[in-house]
Amino acid sequence: MGWEVIISPEFGHVALIIALCLAVIQSSIPLLGSYVGIQRWMELAKSLAIGHFVFVAVAFVCLVTAFLQDDFSLRYVVHNSNQLLPIRYKFSAVWSAHEGSLLLWALVLAGWTAAVAIYSRSLPLVFTSRVLSILGMIAVGFGLFLLLTSNPFERTLPFPPVNGSDLNPLLQDIGLILHPPMLYMGYVGLSVPFAFAIAALLEGQFDSAWARWCRPWVNVAWVFLTIGITLGSWWAYYELGWGGWWFWDPVENASFMPWLVATALVHSIAATEKRGVFRSWTLLLAIFAFSLSLLGTFLVRSGVLTSVHAFASDPERGLFILVFLSLVIGSSLLLFAFRGPAIHAKSTYTGAAREIMILINNLILVTAMAMILIGTLYPLVADALQLGKISVGPPYFNFFFVPLSFALLVCLGVAASSRWQHTASAAVIQHARWPAAFSVSLGMLLPIPLAVWFDSPGYSMAAALTIIAVLWVVAMSLQDLRVKMNTAPLARLSASYWGMLLAHSGIALCALGVGLSSVYDSQRDMRMEPGDSVLVAGYTFEFKTVSEIQETNYRATRALVSVTQQGRPVAELSPEKRYYQSGGQVMTEASIDGGLLRDLYVALGEPLRGDSWGMRVQVKPFVRCIWLGGLLIGIGGLVAVADKRYRRRRKTLDTAVNSLTEPQLEQSR
Amino acid sequence: MRQRLALFAPLMLFVAVAPFLWLALDRDPNELPSARIGEEFPEFSLADLNDPQQLLSAADLRGEVALVNVWATWCYACSIEHAMLNELASLGVKIIGLNYKDNRDEATRWLQHLGDPYAFSIFDASGSLGIDLGVYGAPETYLLDAEGIIRHRRVGILDQRSWQREFAQRYQTLASSNVD
Repeated sequence: MGWEVIISPEFGHVALIIALCLAVIQSSIPLLGSYVGIQRWMELAKSLAIGHFVFVAVAFVCLVTAFLQDDFSLRYVVHNSNQLLPIRYKFSAVWSAHEGSLLLWALVLAGWTAAVAIYSRSLPLVFTSRVLSILGMIAVGFGLFLLLTSNPFERTLPFPPVNGSDLNPLLQDIGLILHPPMLYMGYVGLSVPFAFAIAALLEGQFDSAWARWCRPWVNVAWVFLTIGITLGSWWAYYELGWGGWWFWDPVENASFMPWLVATALVHSIAATEKRGVFRSWTLLLAIFAFSLSLLGTFLVRSGVLTSVHAFASDPERGLFILVFLSLVIGSSLLLFAFRGPAIHAKSTYTGAAREIMILINNLILVTAMAMILIGTLYPLVADALQLGKISVGPPYFNFFFVPLSFALLVCLGVAASSRWQHTASAAVIQHARWPAAFSVSLGMLLPIPLAVWFDSPGYSMAAALTIIAVLWVVAMSLQDLRVKMNTAPLARLSASYWGMLLAHSGIALCALGVGLSSVYDSQRDMRMEPGDSVLVAGYTFEFKTVSEIQETNYRATRALVSVTQQGRPVAELSPEKRYYQSGGQVMTEASIDGGLLRDLYVALGEPLRGDSWGMRVQVKPFVRCIWLGGLLIGIGGLVAVADKRYRRRRKTLDTAVNSLTEPQLEQSR
Repeated sequence: MRQRLALFAPLMLFVAVAPFLWLALDRDPNELPSARIGEEFPEFSLADLNDPQQLLSAADLRGEVALVNVWATWCYACSIEHAMLNELASLGVKIIGLNYKDNRDEATRWLQHLGDPYAFSIFDASGSLGIDLGVYGAPETYLLDAEGIIRHRRVGILDQRSWQREFAQRYQTLASSNVD
């Protein structure tokens, strides 16, 4: 006995309740202290935040332990685990369904809050205590949600089952171990800029200093969100067995909308920091980014939309999130309406100044977000207005998103060489001559060899446009780097500049993958018997044998397919059809031979008459570039955060601000 | 003043959207209206799943209030739904299976393994009856009255909640009127 008793589910439950109590104090006392000017109340915020994190972590460890020990007296464990499940999946099963993923959400929020408490020592106390109080309010909301509607520690006593009903086989994958925590780090991370924005609104102070404090948090949250979405797309590609990498599914949209707004925020906050412009816009984006992640939670958890992510849904939970969401969004937008900084009509920037380019970037990103939001919510609105059941599919989303992305890439190229405040249009044109000539000529030419290579009929204009846009971005960035190197040595360029270059190249790489894999993708669905072969895009796929195999938690039919190109062996693929014993589910496990230039993809379909099988064979050129691009964007963001200027202690300023009490701040405004 | 009013725009936008989210909570996206409601079950002539010699037709569906459940072994959701069907069958609800675009051997093995809640299953390998009926995909469940007229349709898994909300009442009224 011993440690199993200490780490029992009841202990986790109690820890969760204590964490909630701490959050209640954290959300009220420091905030109150900041108004009445009691320093000790404000100082309480940091210890409360760390205490809250510790208790949520204890609850989380208890749930993990219950999974690892096959404690089938917990309802949540019964539904999502099984004795036969390999240990790593028992671990990831913790966040595979509603209750556990909410607990993970709470843990991540507590982690971000504790990080703010630790890394904000150089910020004025009044400000930090308010930020922490606001984060505390969000923690109260989610704590109540967990304990009242989705308690993962609910028992099945007195008659616990002997075995669990198993984890959904789709989720038994390395992708699920990593994807949700990353995504949540991003989703929840957006609560930090949100709290910064609300604290700034309460204080009525949004200057460059505020933007500089907030900016690293925005960037880090955005990096996690980027990587989370990239992982999700990669997981869908190789695990769902459909060979697609983005489905415009409501749940995917729910993560993509905050990303678009956060991307806009990353740019606009740069302008606010450097030039003090777009202040109300930046605040609004910070509020919207977090609001959209809450909306995403609502859409996913309440089951109001049909989705491939078929989570168990419950209208009661939906109602709770909706009330919470309305309180958060409603009150913050109300605050914004009354306290937001007035919008200045006069502009101090001209030509193709970086401010203008950032404005265009923001307009495109926010328009894209609005289009996706309309497409996602329209079925709900149409249903409520009795216009009938409608589902909005990929054609709608692609129709808007493809041209917007193209426009974004073109502007990105121009933006790379723009300067703050004033950039003469003539100078930009001068600057852009060679990159334009280079990208257009190469972009027009390259589709010719590509069409031959991937056995595609005719010349593709879409491919040409993609390559032109991508080369344009890269060439303009390099051109700018060349100009910068003339005036300063490479080592003198700041980390944020390198980060920007990396992230922009990531966008270009991702766009290249999306464009070319859509154009040159070849797919054949057919009936094949062992011995049959098929030619797809220049590759010969030969179906050799079928065999039965037995693993710990499933048995499978495995086909062997060997791929040759003009007689030269290229790869051996072994797609499987798995039968999971405990739940009786059947899963298609595609087999993929990956490469930078192309993926070979084979999925085993249904057994047909005799020895023959349905088989899906695909050749997907450049599809890896999509995720490599996503990764590069993330790395770029991290490099930018590492910039020295965020770590420089601003002693003089801080001591000055710290010594001011609230009434003085009030007067100084 | 004008500029301050502009700051209220985001709030107004949210206030306009929020009621729809609330209304959506009461609706089930899997509840789809069927053009066939109120019409007779389409005519067909297909073999019984368990007995290939036995031909079934729409006449076999009449005589008693019944559910027609569209299922297949390739349908993951059907395996989730199956326990509910077993329970309904044990309560005396007559359920007729429509085995849709499936393999006969696998389908019989599936019923042996998971239990057979169906009075009988129509074997529709080509999906022709599915087309006549307007099936979106498996699982789907139709409620038929004693005259074989379609009274309700559900797309998606039939579970405790959807049974209570959509079927229980209708089933009771139809069944009791049949007795009279």
